[in-house]
Amino acid sequence: MAVIGASFAGRRAKRQAVTVLSDAGRLGALPRHYAICAALWCLLPALAVYIAVLAGHEQLLRWYLGDDLRQLAHLAAGDPRWVLQLLQEVVVNGGHEDAMVWEAAQRCAAYSTRIDVWRTVLAIAIATGGGVVGYLQVSPAIRARHRLERFAYGCLLASTCVAVLTTVGIVFSVLFESLRFFSAVPPLDFLLGLHWSPQTAIREGQEGSSGAFGVVPLFVGTLVVSAVAMMVALPAGLLGAIHLSEYASQRARNILKPLIEILVGVPTVVYGFIAALSVAPLIKQLGEWLGLTVASENALAAGLVMGVMILPFVLSLSDDVISAVPASLREGALALGATPAEMITQVVLPAALPGIIGGGLLAVSRAIGETMIVVMAAGLAANLSANPLDAMTTVTVQIVTLLVGDQAFDSPKTLAAFALGLSLFIVTLSLNVISLLVVRRYHEAYD
Amino acid sequence: MTTVERDNELSSTVGKPLLDGADDVKFSVRKLAVHYAELQAVHDVNLDIGQRQVTALIGPSGCGKSTFLRCLNRMNDIIASCVVQGEVHLDQKDIYAPQVDVVALRARVGMVFQKPNPFPKSIYDNIAYGPRLHGQADSPSALDELVETSLRRAGLWAEVKDLLHRPATSLSGGQQQRLCIARTIAIQPEVILMDEPCSALDPIATARIEALIGELKCDYTIVIVTHSMQQASRVSDRTAYFHLGRLLEVNATDKIFMAPEHPGTEDYITGRIG
Ligand SMILES: Nc1ncnc2c1ncn2[C@@H]1O[C@H](COP(=O)(O)OP(=O)(O)OP(=O)(O)O)[C@@H](O)[C@H]1O
Ligand SMILES: [Mg+2]
Repeated sequence: MAVIGASFAGRRAKRQAVTVLSDAGRLGALPRHYAICAALWCLLPALAVYIAVLAGHEQLLRWYLGDDLRQLAHLAAGDPRWVLQLLQEVVVNGGHEDAMVWEAAQRCAAYSTRIDVWRTVLAIAIATGGGVVGYLQVSPAIRARHRLERFAYGCLLASTCVAVLTTVGIVFSVLFESLRFFSAVPPLDFLLGLHWSPQTAIREGQEGSSGAFGVVPLFVGTLVVSAVAMMVALPAGLLGAIHLSEYASQRARNILKPLIEILVGVPTVVYGFIAALSVAPLIKQLGEWLGLTVASENALAAGLVMGVMILPFVLSLSDDVISAVPASLREGALALGATPAEMITQVVLPAALPGIIGGGLLAVSRAIGETMIVVMAAGLAANLSANPLDAMTTVTVQIVTLLVGDQAFDSPKTLAAFALGLSLFIVTLSLNVISLLVVRRYHEAYD
Repeated sequence: MTTVERDNELSSTVGKPLLDGADDVKFSVRKLAVHYAELQAVHDVNLDIGQRQVTALIGPSGCGKSTFLRCLNRMNDIIASCVVQGEVHLDQKDIYAPQVDVVALRARVGMVFQKPNPFPKSIYDNIAYGPRLHGQADSPSALDELVETSLRRAGLWAEVKDLLHRPATSLSGGQQQRLCIARTIAIQPEVILMDEPCSALDPIATARIEALIGELKCDYTIVIVTHSMQQASRVSDRTAYFHLGRLLEVNATDKIFMAPEHPGTEDYITGRIG
């Protein structure tokens, strides 16, 4: 409705704009700028008011029905919110044995309709008013283009703020929950403890007792699994990217690149399946054949499959980075009598290094954050071990297990999830900062 | 091949595209045609390039000078859409023959590109890159010396001698251009192909490069693309005029500039076209 009004005003403004401006001589902006300006004048204030009233609907009702609600408070143990809900239900049902309630319900319905009507009328009025303002502003003195520019700037700023504020909000909520956790469990025990068993801590009623919330095994697990993954993904991804960008024919490239990008989109559960059902048993068999003891759920399987999962990601990113190295550099090296391999290792890769490092660190972040594969293939046991053939667990997996099922929201067990999240966040954040520093340092040297 | 046959074959080029004494010929190019996919950039070029001579290529923008130049060290191989037909002989050997080692060829025929393309390495490493590849310096001090002489000859030493380990990309455009020239002469090729080496240089640096070309000519064969008639007449022994992918006229430089035979050449050098 407001939209219709807006487009109507816009069209009128346009017509007006043409006549006015053809007389005015020097134009400050094109007619369509005035039209858009008028449409925005029409739409935005009306929309704002409409939404405000809609949001305040219940508040308004309660204000109108104040007396009724107070009289009927006994119906819902004194909570006016429930009374209002009750009345609305009565309206829907169309009757109630208590006449007083029924009357109140009808009053409620009437007020509700009245608010609806007024809201609409108000919106239309404001829209029209806005339209008129926009209409009157069709004059060379008003610089519609600049206003639109400022409007666009405002929109962009608002979007940025949303992104930043939500991030800050998340960080703070995690931080506060973690602080609550740390008031139950000393941070040092958390950070340096070698023993992780939150379940037993709860069961034995020794909440927050030291030792049960030691995070070291989890981080070691994360480290081992990620390291295995990166050992698969980085070399294979980088070499594949070199092949793709330097040696593969254009046709092969056109086929392979989209295929690889499809692989990036395979859900991690599918990889988890493969890890748990094929790779882990295979490794166990192989290990036993070699005379090693291998847990049926082992970190090696999880790491290998995770590496395969990240591989297309690394490959695709590195390929983009390598392809972005200007052709003139390649030509320069070749013209000095370098072979293609020398050109790649000595000129192209160094030039692409900042991008490759950035991509590699992104991949590490992904590996650290990956959950599904580890849940399925590496198990839940928090063993402190650096042997990838053991069962292990990672930070993310523990966060999941801590929060699965019904839990009181303030037990240390649940709060531990926030503390884990915070420490994970700090780790990935420092990774990102390091990568930024590395890249900037490199840029300073070679830009 | 008789003289009559030659003359018929080369009817499209006036002047003296071929040289008489076979010993003095470094490159001999016959029936060269280059296509970029559908577009034909070079048509039927026949040209000898004399040993220890400076040959200037002139002509309006887009006429195929760079394309022709890049055929001489097979740089066009890198461009997938580019097809080279015809023959190019270097010291009587076909450089497009299948058994030719392109890498070795490019070490013999160095190239300075139209746009400066320093590697994202230090100034020192840029110059040292080629000599290191080919093992031309036995010791670090020999390498230092090679870097210094190359930079000196390109007229860049005074400006960069204290900044050798600064990134080459931080140099100005003209400095980068001289760096690329220094980088090419550091590998001591037999032939140096220069694609507008002075396009970003001030008169002083240009004079320095022109003096360098004069020096180098005693030992090296030089082919230079230039948009400056004065430069062509100052530095070159022979001049070839390209127009729309065809070689219209080739002759000794003084002849071309004093008495061009082809009306198109005359229009171009007197500034009526291009
Ligand atoms: N890589 C390429 N792919 C496709 N076409 C090309 C390519 N390089 C050059 N051409 C075309 O070939 C023709 C000749 O180009 P070339 O670069 O040889 O001109 P030029 O004489 O060097 O011009 P300039 O004096 O401006 O450098 C032009 O029409 C150009 O569009
Ligand atoms: Mg060119």
